[in-house]
Amino acid sequence: MIYTIKGKTGDWELVIGLETHIEVLSKSKLFSGASADYNPSVPANTQVSMVDAAMPGMLPVLNQECVNQAIRFGLAINADITRRSIFARKQYFYPDLPSGYQISQPPELPPVVGRGWIEIESDNGGIKKVLIERAHLEQDAGKNMHDKHPTKSFVDLNRCGVALLEIVTFLDIKNPENNSFITSPDEAERYLRQIREIARATGVSNANMEEGSMRCDVNVSIRKVGEKTFRTRTETKNMVSFKFIKTAIEFEARRQIELYENGGNVSQDTMHYNQDSGTTSVMRSKEDALDYRYFPDPDLLPLIITDEQIEKIRKTMPELPATKRARYMNDLGLSEYDAGRLTESVEISNWFESAVGGVQPRAKGVANWMISELFAHPEFQMKPTDLAQLVDMTRDGEINGKQAKDIFIKMLDGESGSPRDIANKFGMKQVTDTGAITKIVDEVIAANPDQVAEYKNGKVGLLGFFVGQIMKKSGGTTNPAAVNEVLREKLS
Amino acid sequence: MNLIDLTLTEALEQLRTKKISATELTRAYLDRTKKFGAELNCYITITPERALADAAESDKRYANDTARMLEGIPLGMKDLFATRGIRTTAASKILENFVPEYESTISQKLADAGTILLGKTNLDEFAMGTFSKTSFFGAPVNPYQRNHKLTAGGSSGGSTSAVAGGLALIATGTDTGGSIRFPAAITGLVGMKPTYGLCSRWGCTAFASSLDTMGQIARTVDDATLMLSAMAGHDPKDSTSANFDFKIATTPLNLKGLKIGIIKELSDVKISDDMKNLFAARISDLKSLGAQIIEISIPNILDALAAYYIIAPAEASSNLARYDGMRYGIRETGHDLIDTYMKTRATGFGEEVQRRMIVGTAVLSSESYEVYFMQAARVRRMIADSFNLAFKQCDFIVCPSSSGPAMPLNSDLTPLEYYALDLFTVAMNLVGVPAASVPAGRSTDGLPLGIQVVGKMFDDARVLQMAKHIETFAGLDNRPTSVMGE
Repeated sequence: MIYTIKGKTGDWELVIGLETHIEVLSKSKLFSGASADYNPSVPANTQVSMVDAAMPGMLPVLNQECVNQAIRFGLAINADITRRSIFARKQYFYPDLPSGYQISQPPELPPVVGRGWIEIESDNGGIKKVLIERAHLEQDAGKNMHDKHPTKSFVDLNRCGVALLEIVTFLDIKNPENNSFITSPDEAERYLRQIREIARATGVSNANMEEGSMRCDVNVSIRKVGEKTFRTRTETKNMVSFKFIKTAIEFEARRQIELYENGGNVSQDTMHYNQDSGTTSVMRSKEDALDYRYFPDPDLLPLIITDEQIEKIRKTMPELPATKRARYMNDLGLSEYDAGRLTESVEISNWFESAVGGVQPRAKGVANWMISELFAHPEFQMKPTDLAQLVDMTRDGEINGKQAKDIFIKMLDGESGSPRDIANKFGMKQVTDTGAITKIVDEVIAANPDQVAEYKNGKVGLLGFFVGQIMKKSGGTTNPAAVNEVLREKLS
Repeated sequence: MNLIDLTLTEALEQLRTKKISATELTRAYLDRTKKFGAELNCYITITPERALADAAESDKRYANDTARMLEGIPLGMKDLFATRGIRTTAASKILENFVPEYESTISQKLADAGTILLGKTNLDEFAMGTFSKTSFFGAPVNPYQRNHKLTAGGSSGGSTSAVAGGLALIATGTDTGGSIRFPAAITGLVGMKPTYGLCSRWGCTAFASSLDTMGQIARTVDDATLMLSAMAGHDPKDSTSANFDFKIATTPLNLKGLKIGIIKELSDVKISDDMKNLFAARISDLKSLGAQIIEISIPNILDALAAYYIIAPAEASSNLARYDGMRYGIRETGHDLIDTYMKTRATGFGEEVQRRMIVGTAVLSSESYEVYFMQAARVRRMIADSFNLAFKQCDFIVCPSSSGPAMPLNSDLTPLEYYALDLFTVAMNLVGVPAASVPAGRSTDGLPLGIQVVGKMFDDARVLQMAKHIETFAGLDNRPTSVMGE
């Protein structure tokens, strides 16, 4: 079922396009040698070259590291890498843009990363391909600060010139049968999470919305269910959280429905999202749209990418989250949920794989411990080898589950040493010796004649009672499987 | 012997043989600048203390045999090149007090070659103009027929005025549409626009990036050749800089069998009789040395001017957006941000610069881009293709550098009439090929006229060799003392 919103005149469906900006990880900026580290702890205007400050006569020089990052991302989203693309100047006046233009890649020509796609989970539970039109490299702007002085504004140029990759989804208007795009707020979120995962897995970007290394412009239009053509869209700028994006889409769709249903029309405006009220309002009408006067940047040569360059990068591509998830499910036997949790970040999956250490039977146990215990204690720096040992000890019957939990808690409380050291120190050893178990079983049977009678009359649920009694008597050291076996035999 | 009249080549010889010292030579230029600087108005800023200190250093190097290629040669630097610690104004009010913290590649290379910086030469504001009259600091004056107050040309008019008048031995220029060749031609000097990409643009205030070419102004072809060899070279800081190793030709160019193209489409352009006669005379001189003269066709060359006056203002409007009063330069505070921008730029830029920025902004607007900017880019491509084709038929192209000699500074020309003066020079900028203007002789009024030698891409060394033949035939006496009528 496609997501729809009920209006007075019928059901409406959503057409959503996303322009996602991710800050490219690189040592220096896109066109200057200044450090690309602009995080807030760095003093303002200390990472600014003469090029960034747009001093007279300064010239941009393309940072190949940023190009390689773009190619890496392009390969990860199954995209065509454009062998020859150009840089153009997008022009407007603003104090955070010293040169008066942003060097970007022009909208009418294929940029470094061309057509691609990624898969997301669709609203009806299946897999949906989201088409991507392009991803282009461009410069970020500096930051204006208006809260430092009662009458003056200040500008910090540390971020100015840092490379951005803008990823634009595709609406194939010419080939409607090929269309595959985002149609609900939830899908928008899943798409963005997927982009984030890919960016992190490839090391292209931290893609962190709170830190500002991922931002999004949201295009929304609506149409009646069954309509084949598209209606006018609006663009809501600079969204910085999944929650806001979803609220804005929902609000914007309802606003448009109301307009149409009251006999009005949607105009192609640029909207502003108000975080406090969760509403959108017109920031710039179509008539006031800025004319950016794009033209090819005469200071830069065309960006030529060779097959060799692409192949070299392809060889170093890490495993992507989607592939990794599939592998965890197929090869390691994890559930879809577990596989999803363990591929949320490269750090997590690396830790997981390091603990599993290629021992397939260990995987499920490691996954369980991580998801149910370690994720709840992010402050606990456990060694992957320690968890592996704990899982192995349990699996080999050296200790039982309860003992394993006790060992884990001791480690959490600061007990030093490996799980085995701790087991030895506290004498935690599972009793698997059948003679010893038989002795305890006999004692328990002898002490509970009534329950034995009831069991023999068919109340088999009492087996758990006996096991509990036996475990209690043994101080939790007996092997539950062995206890079960002996008990069944004695009671039969 | 007057030190001022020595050419670069002669001066180096005298310095090397210790007949003169760099300090003497520098002092002679500084004295002359003191004497004529105000009259010729060729410098915006002079740096005498630094010049004398550098001259003393040069003398040490001559004494201990570590002299460099241009050791001790007094140099004028067009005030478009950033010079660390010395204000760099682009002859604009908006940068009136701008002192850069960096040194342009070209000025650095010339300093590394041992030249002595005398000062920053006058020019049209941001190099936009033909008479250097758009300078915020007033126009430089042509040293020829001083009582007539003629233009020294533009935009590198301060450089040509200084070199022709003996206030600098050599000078840098920049040529976006003829800004070295035209002023050099009407001041009796050799001025060259090298191949685009041969000399780094880094640190030189940009006017129109795809056309801006750094070049040299000197009194003789040999001087210009030496100077270029100090300036040329790959610069990783300029992405459009070529990885080409410029080498001075060591043997004279034999003209036997060489083909020289004359552009058919320029034959109908109205030029002065003097120019026509001198051009014909020099062509027949070259013929006498065995060169073969052929007619070639550049069908769209007359459209070059129109294409140029779209592309250059378009790029300029973008390049000059950075002068917004926010980080450096003057600022006129308004009642809000937009008002501050407008007041700053309205006050800081002169009329011609404003005109070109308005034109440039208009031709890049979304409704005009296709019909103006793209069309101009297509014309540019076609002209380049024609030049490529022509150079399959000939080795060089020669044409006049201007339609006539220097005009009075107070000539009352419309902007379009000024633009038309670039007719003979802009095509080479659109294409990128090297072109040198070399003295062709004097008009009947005694004013110098020039001829351009145009070559294939990166054939700069041979262009200069060909120019040398013309120079020899012209035999123009351009010693500063004679130019100034002393």
